[in-house]
Amino acid sequence: MTGLLRAEWTKFRTVRGWVLGMVLAALIIVLLGVFTAANNYSSCEGPDGDDCPAVPLGPDGSAVNDRFSFAHQVLDGDGEVTVRVASLTGTITYPPPDHDKIVPGVVPWAKAGIMIKESVRQGSAYAAMMVTGGHGTRLQHNFDGDAAGSPGASWLRLTRAGDTITGAESADGVRWTTVGTVRLAGLPPIVRVGLFAASPCDLTVTQGDLGGTIGKCRLARAVAAFDHVSLAGNPWTHDDVGAMRGAPALSQGAFRESGDTFTVSGSGDIGPYGLEGGQPVERTLSGAYTGLIVVIVVAVMFITAEYRRGMIRTTLLASPRRGRVLVAKALVLGAVTFVTALIAALVAVPLCRRILRGNGNYLLPVSTATELRVVLGTAALLAVAAVLALAVGALFRRSAAAVITAITVIVLPHVLATASVLPVELSQWLLRLTPAAGFAIQQSVPEYPQVTGHYVPQMGYYPLPPWGGFGVLCGYAALALGLAVVQLRRRDA
Amino acid sequence: MESNIEVTGLRKRFGAVTALDGMTFTVAAGKITGFVGPNGAGKSTTMRVILGLDAADEGRVLIGGQPYRALRRPLRHVGALLDAAALQPSRTGRDHLLWLAHSQGLTAKRVDAVAGQVGLGAAARRRAGGYSLGMRQRLGIAAALLGEPRVLLLDEPFNGLDPDGIVWIRDLLASLAADGRAVLVSSHLMSELQGVADHLVVAGRGRVVADASVADLIAAASGDRVLLRTAARPEAMTVLAEAGATVAVTGRDTLTVAGLAAERVVALLTAHAVPFAEVAGHRATLEEAYMELTRDAVEFRADGAR
Repeated sequence: MTGLLRAEWTKFRTVRGWVLGMVLAALIIVLLGVFTAANNYSSCEGPDGDDCPAVPLGPDGSAVNDRFSFAHQVLDGDGEVTVRVASLTGTITYPPPDHDKIVPGVVPWAKAGIMIKESVRQGSAYAAMMVTGGHGTRLQHNFDGDAAGSPGASWLRLTRAGDTITGAESADGVRWTTVGTVRLAGLPPIVRVGLFAASPCDLTVTQGDLGGTIGKCRLARAVAAFDHVSLAGNPWTHDDVGAMRGAPALSQGAFRESGDTFTVSGSGDIGPYGLEGGQPVERTLSGAYTGLIVVIVVAVMFITAEYRRGMIRTTLLASPRRGRVLVAKALVLGAVTFVTALIAALVAVPLCRRILRGNGNYLLPVSTATELRVVLGTAALLAVAAVLALAVGALFRRSAAAVITAITVIVLPHVLATASVLPVELSQWLLRLTPAAGFAIQQSVPEYPQVTGHYVPQMGYYPLPPWGGFGVLCGYAALALGLAVVQLRRRDA
Repeated sequence: MESNIEVTGLRKRFGAVTALDGMTFTVAAGKITGFVGPNGAGKSTTMRVILGLDAADEGRVLIGGQPYRALRRPLRHVGALLDAAALQPSRTGRDHLLWLAHSQGLTAKRVDAVAGQVGLGAAARRRAGGYSLGMRQRLGIAAALLGEPRVLLLDEPFNGLDPDGIVWIRDLLASLAADGRAVLVSSHLMSELQGVADHLVVAGRGRVVADASVADLIAAASGDRVLLRTAARPEAMTVLAEAGATVAVTGRDTLTVAGLAAERVVALLTAHAVPFAEVAGHRATLEEAYMELTRDAVEFRADGAR
């Protein structure tokens, strides 16, 4: 097998066109990334100047939303807070169909309840028990933690013991059910505890004229009335956390105390930040699928050139065990493509980031593990796609038909699914069922069920998880290579 | 490994056409075996089956006792020239030999040695796409010799070679056989093999029509006829007929004698004091022997072309 691998590598490197093809693919990945980055500008205007406000970072360093209305007190050491949410109502501005008035209404992820938070600084650690507009009670913490309670409970309780916080709910204030226990690492003794309300915007999605979808988000406010508040009697402080000066009045938070009833109103959301708020790392690798087209051509030629000239017979004379020939070819091509794409990605990512940052764009922070997955995954994606193209070439034995087929099954579905020309469901099915599902390996920010968002392929959200999508591509490559081996074994050369 | 090829009972059909119909022969070590027959006789198919490229419907082939597909690093046992044009045109001749060498665990040193042996010289570092037919043939032979195999199969190696090249390859084949290698050389022209092959396998219609040494083949085609020129025709006819020969008159003073060797004819005529001007043994050419043997196959081909 070593000799076979060495022979296939010698074959590859001694055809100048193939080597240049790989160099071209790498250049395309870098240059298209640079071109895209150079044309992406971002700027902000506001009363505080033209600098965009800093996006808060959560305890784990990822970008978060942390904007809500908070009436709070000091909690020193361990303790417990219990409330009943008497009502959750709200206001939605100019919703469909006529977009002509402000109406009462609560969006599904409007939320109100009790919170224990390290401080009122945006991004600081927290845990909260809440009722929501459409998703029952929840215990959420540190922006991406979300545990569901029951749909009907209106009594909420948080218990702090050290850095662990337990959330419980009750329908009647008598029988309590624990929803979950979370740990807020490094929570200081003195923290804030209180009542909060927030409402993300009202998202509506319409069909675009040229296919695809257009998502619009309209300002919404939640108003929550609390009674049976165990904290009553102590002095309250109200903060509109994360509020921007000059924002519309409706979005500004408020707190009112009336006898035993406390009313908190507010806009915004508490949760992880989606792709829409900045430039994710994969934006710097957007040249990958154009580079892949060149890789596909080289991959197909690597085998069809042998059929065209009858050289496959020489190859099979040198190695009569035919399955191994194709496997050796696939390994060599996969390795060459992986290294080529990896070098391109390692150049493109830092280069494009610098350009994007220079143009005023906000770069979404990403963990090292995720960045490694995106960079190595992009290289692996191209390598496996090259193997698939090779197998298609072996099955077809003709360059033109094989190149067209490989591009049609690998690249075209991705272009169609992300170019706003197809209905969303069809786009998502394309990215589940075709080899283009492999591009999911590039998605750095996941889809969060607890955050209202326009999760469609055109926005950069794939329907399958990163490794799941990559697995679909690998499955196709393995299947095609297997068929090619069977065919090569059965047929006369 | 024993260096020979045993082909036993190969049968193969391509749709309605029978390409091989019980092809059976042996290629012995230390000899050049010519494999001749008209186009379509099944020579190339047989060679592809020997080399494991095509599968036969029936029969088997053993090279030194093993099927080709069982050989490890097969080019070290068997060298083959099938189609000299089977090259990646943008790869140099040397690089073509290099990947083949790497596949057999051989080094670049061996590549340069074999490129020199076939006389590729500086052309080895040029792209193979620009090679003449003769240069491609030399490159193909270099590939066949690369692993210093004990068994060689060359399909139409004289194609496209100039007279110098033909002489070169004849000498090369002779030296390979003299080393004790088994050499099988196919050709559709018997004349190319005359003076080269020690043994001939004549194919026609997918089977072996004749399998004999070159000397036996010629003798069989010549028979034992003797040409006699004499002024005393009636006396000669009487003497020879009494000795048991069949005598035919072929001219005013010429006779053809069958059934007696030339020496016996001379002895009889001398003993009976019959004067004669000339006695000559008739010797057929290899080409005549071949035409005789393959007449059926040629007719078959004419039928096929209708």
